[in-house]
Amino acid sequence: MAIEVNGKSFETDEEGYLANLNDWEKDVATVMAKEDDIELSDDHWEIINFLREYYEEYQIAPAVRVLTKAVGKKLGKDKGNSKYLYELFPYGPGKQACKFAGLPKPTGCV
Amino acid sequence: MEDQELESGIVKKFIYVNRKAPHGTIYAHEALEVVLIAAAFEQDVSLAFIDDGVYQLKKGQNTDGIATKNFTKTFGALEMYDVEKLYVEKESLEERGLSEDDLSVDVEVLASSELKKLFNESEVFFNF
Amino acid sequence: MLHTINKSPFEKDSLKTCLRYAEKGSSVLFIEDAVYACTKGTNFEKQITENQENISFYVLGPDLEARGLDNSNLTNNIEIIDYKGFVKLVAENEKTQNWL
Repeated sequence: MAIEVNGKSFETDEEGYLANLNDWEKDVATVMAKEDDIELSDDHWEIINFLREYYEEYQIAPAVRVLTKAVGKKLGKDKGNSKYLYELFPYGPGKQACKFAGLPKPTGCV
Repeated sequence: MEDQELESGIVKKFIYVNRKAPHGTIYAHEALEVVLIAAAFEQDVSLAFIDDGVYQLKKGQNTDGIATKNFTKTFGALEMYDVEKLYVEKESLEERGLSEDDLSVDVEVLASSELKKLFNESEVFFNF
Repeated sequence: MLHTINKSPFEKDSLKTCLRYAEKGSSVLFIEDAVYACTKGTNFEKQITENQENISFYVLGPDLEARGLDNSNLTNNIEIIDYKGFVKLVAENEKTQNWL
């Protein structure tokens, strides 16, 4: 499978996650979000960027429980909770935000 | 996993016994994947590193030159997965000229006699 | 506790580590390439006989046969078992550790 962004084709797996993390660019996230009827705000980008940094440091996409905790630690309690994150990423902050960020599906997600 | 909390209520003592060096075979990486998946089920998890398994925790590993993913960075994330009990066998460390300072994460160094007790208390074994 | 070993002792030190952890009353079963550890005239003969007072040793017959080995090649007092015996051992022991 693949996703078209600015006339360029990016390979994805069967669930729409980017095949190669290093291919990622901002417009990939924008296009993926649009397909899910989401327009990315600064709040979305904050989480997406957080995830990319997290992956760089730990080499994994965090499970949602861990993401919530880690966001809380870094960005404060008002953002480190399910309600906030699910409002931004209704299909699940683990799955959906990781996808936008070009990360693989979180380990431990079925 | 994403949308609901699991509430099985049964908590068992899991122990993952790691005895392989990190990059020559897939064992170590696979073991870590299994640990992370099981962590989502909120079990009582311990990790033991013995024999060449202690090499998995060596500080400063860089796999750029062998073009593989440096999964050993993930050990640093275990704490956030509530996996906090990491035990390293003293004899294996010493045999390899290593000490606790050479390791990338906080561990408890135990003599095999103490580790043996831990094994006896464990209920579910995963050996890699 | 039942301990199984499946690698040749010449290739891996699983036997050594297993014996470090096997407690009195436990069982050790050799399968696959680990059956070579049971053969007489090797360094492993001593490691096994020294521990026989505390540990029961078993070897899987089909794996021996596959490698051209039989009772006459084995260190004394290692019991040869078949697959049913393997299942029985697992059932008898509350826990199993596999030394790979």
